[in-house]
Amino acid sequence: MAETPKPEEIARIDHKAPLWEGWMNRPVDIRPGIYCYAANPKNVEAVGMPNARQWNPVDEDWKLPENWQEIFIEGFKDRLGKFRSLKLFMDICVRCGACADKCHFFIGSGDPKNMPVMRAELLRSVYRKYFTTGGRILGLLAGARGLTDEVLKDIWYYLYQCTECRRCSVFCPYGIDTAEVTILGRELTNLLGLNTDWIQAPVANCYRTGNHLGIQPHAYKDMIDFFVDEIEEVTGVKVEPSFNRKGAEILFITPSGDVFADPGTYTAMGYLILFHYLQDQGLDITWSTYASEGGNFGYFTSHEMAKRLNAKMYAEAKRLGVKWILGGECGHMWRVINQYMDTFNGPADFLEEPVSPITGTKFENAKGTKMVHIVEFTADLIKNNKLKLDPSRNDNLVVTFHDSCNPARGMGFFEEPRYIIKNVCNNFYDMPPSTIREQTFCCGSGAGLNAGEDMELRMRGGLPRANAVKYVHEKYGVNMLACICAIDRAVLPNLMEYWVPEVDVTGVHEMVGNALILDGEKERTTNLRGEPLPGMEEEEDV
Amino acid sequence: MNFILGIIIALIGVAGVILIPWIGVGAFDMRILFGIVVPYAAMATFFVGIIVRVIGWARSPVPFRIPTTAGQQWSFPWIKPNRIDNPRSTGGVIVRMLFEVLTFRSLFRNTRLEYRSAEGGPKIDYEWEKWLWLAALAFHYSFLVIFLRHFRFFTEPIPGFVHLLESLDGFLQLGVLPVSGLGVPSVYVTDMLLLLALLYLFVRRIYISQVRYVSLPADYFPLLLILALGTTGVLMRYFIRVDITAVKTLALGLFKLSPKAPEGIGVIFYIHLFVLSVLVAYFPFSKLMHFMGVFLSPTRNLSNNSRMVRHVNPWNYPVKVHTYEAYEDEFREHMIEAGLPVEKMPEKPAEQEGESSEGEEKE
Repeated sequence: MAETPKPEEIARIDHKAPLWEGWMNRPVDIRPGIYCYAANPKNVEAVGMPNARQWNPVDEDWKLPENWQEIFIEGFKDRLGKFRSLKLFMDICVRCGACADKCHFFIGSGDPKNMPVMRAELLRSVYRKYFTTGGRILGLLAGARGLTDEVLKDIWYYLYQCTECRRCSVFCPYGIDTAEVTILGRELTNLLGLNTDWIQAPVANCYRTGNHLGIQPHAYKDMIDFFVDEIEEVTGVKVEPSFNRKGAEILFITPSGDVFADPGTYTAMGYLILFHYLQDQGLDITWSTYASEGGNFGYFTSHEMAKRLNAKMYAEAKRLGVKWILGGECGHMWRVINQYMDTFNGPADFLEEPVSPITGTKFENAKGTKMVHIVEFTADLIKNNKLKLDPSRNDNLVVTFHDSCNPARGMGFFEEPRYIIKNVCNNFYDMPPSTIREQTFCCGSGAGLNAGEDMELRMRGGLPRANAVKYVHEKYGVNMLACICAIDRAVLPNLMEYWVPEVDVTGVHEMVGNALILDGEKERTTNLRGEPLPGMEEEEDV
Repeated sequence: MNFILGIIIALIGVAGVILIPWIGVGAFDMRILFGIVVPYAAMATFFVGIIVRVIGWARSPVPFRIPTTAGQQWSFPWIKPNRIDNPRSTGGVIVRMLFEVLTFRSLFRNTRLEYRSAEGGPKIDYEWEKWLWLAALAFHYSFLVIFLRHFRFFTEPIPGFVHLLESLDGFLQLGVLPVSGLGVPSVYVTDMLLLLALLYLFVRRIYISQVRYVSLPADYFPLLLILALGTTGVLMRYFIRVDITAVKTLALGLFKLSPKAPEGIGVIFYIHLFVLSVLVAYFPFSKLMHFMGVFLSPTRNLSNNSRMVRHVNPWNYPVKVHTYEAYEDEFREHMIEAGLPVEKMPEKPAEQEGESSEGEEKE
């Protein structure tokens, strides 16, 4: 694994593009630390995706199938016919450059091919060659490139340096969405078996075991049982989650990252505490080991794979006979639920329009998919005074909120999480406007780029986010970065440690879990992390 | 290919476009060709081309509802939604599109990255940058006004709005320029704005390294072509006299489908007309199609209501999934052991035995 350069080295970035050298013939230099390892063929085969083989991105020979150009071009043609977005976005870009300095990967790397316009141009150059008359005749003069090995490598390398965050599409005067180009471009690379293992292994796992991490049902229950013990230790209350329970009113699905690693685990404990709190008020909810993944790494390979993995949610809801589904804190999970799920696998006519059993609030914005975001659910509870909260338990935190790309630009989820945060803790400061809400910066590791081997890329891509955190850290003393995304919780700790070591990362429901006053709880001395609560430091010492 | 080559190619193209009618009409008096045939052919290419392109786009479906949400979603009555940047209904979409098309709203959001290396980490700022938006707006609206003003040539009698535009546009009353002492007609603001905006757009394309890097001949060419169009127009209006009556005879003839190409108009007019013809004929094959494309853009023209109303994908097809049954078949024993409910209890008692012994081992 490549060693990650020091922050001072990475921070020396020149954003000037080369003066004399054009991009069309510039050979691609695939660097360690930037790319993710190729997929293990068994993970490709496990879900029946084509051209599984051992290959290595830094090898000269990618062992492509004999007719790979034909596969790529035919696949391209097929998608141009199926997606108006792709066809339009290939045709109408005027290269005004408004998107250029909006990409976190460009800001953090200065690599001109990381400008969103350039990323799309790499694919567009092939489009022009094979699908436009001008490109066919004029070739390079019209910006058209034939599909050579070198061009394919160029395209591949940069498609896997995009996190599909859609920030550029906010600024594009025609709404050209690089995420869409990347999603469909990656589909094409997957036709040639050019998958990365950090994406493909979770896909294979999720298909078989129901979650990305490959946690089998009994182990999944074990892990949650461990949280139950932890919660009892902190609160003195024993929560009793149920699994795969038929006849429950609500099915709860959350990303498996939250049951697997800190600090996501504390968010999972927050969910458990909340559900327990509401039990007496009529909450009837079950977890599932089969639909034990909210996220969808299939979405980073192809629409088809996304649909195949997403299908479990409705299938499980139907099998268990629940009325509706509640979803945990996750980023791309919610883009898929909001913009794809009903289209993929609906209509969910076997479910009922979601109504909060506690407040009676109808979630009208979810009446089609029948799936509610837990942040919406909790915000509604707080608004209706259904939760007894002690925000002072979070007084050791000075919090800022990272809008995850997908709920931000694929949903518009800005006020709900802030509303909860302001009710469960007393110190909240937003980052500057050009770095939050619809203009939020990516964590730098989304869309399946959260591997270990591409750490340099991740630290570069996360720089704009980290820089904004640093700003509020220095100005307001912010020491906690809250988020509603499992990938964020997995990757932001690394990013903070690298750029702003004084700041830690939390899910919103971890703070809810800490603030929530349970019936019959003992006097809490620590938070869910086992750290002393504000004012309890001395008692801990004793 | 670097930017010099890109500009040279575009320049050669535009030079050709200027020289062809200059020679054609100037030396060979090919008035019919350049005054009638070419304009008609260009117009036909323009309309047919645009229709073909738009139908081509429209034939590809929109399988998923993928608006870029740039504002708060509609959720609870106590949270104020952003009805324009995150529209829930068609009404909101229409307003969003109107803002996009008429005011270039997305471009208005533009900022400029200011990156400085400093002690203790880089300083990153996102600075005010509205020049691109301003130039784009000035260019497009000037072009529109100039186009509308040209109705004085295509129509008889001249419609009222043309007079109105002319008087508004000429409000500066820069009637007499000190240059020649001749009676130069009043200067139109839009003429100057158009040329200035074009110049700015051209210079920024070369000056800003990132934009220079991505620019193709296809970016310089239309800029230079429109610059040639504007320049010949300005030359004709202010400096090189042409026979206006004859020009109007030709233009009216074209529009009334009884074309005439009268003598004595002057070559500069034919250059102007040919540049225009090339521009409109080039339109459907170029990035200039963005003017229609923006209306079809799925990240802008869809409402964010896919959690409320099902969006149907016309080519949705069944896919292979891993069913619960298959899942339980693989993990049944472990599930029973862990106390998880199962659909089917194992039939063979032997299996149960094996399982319990496994459990014992664990303990």
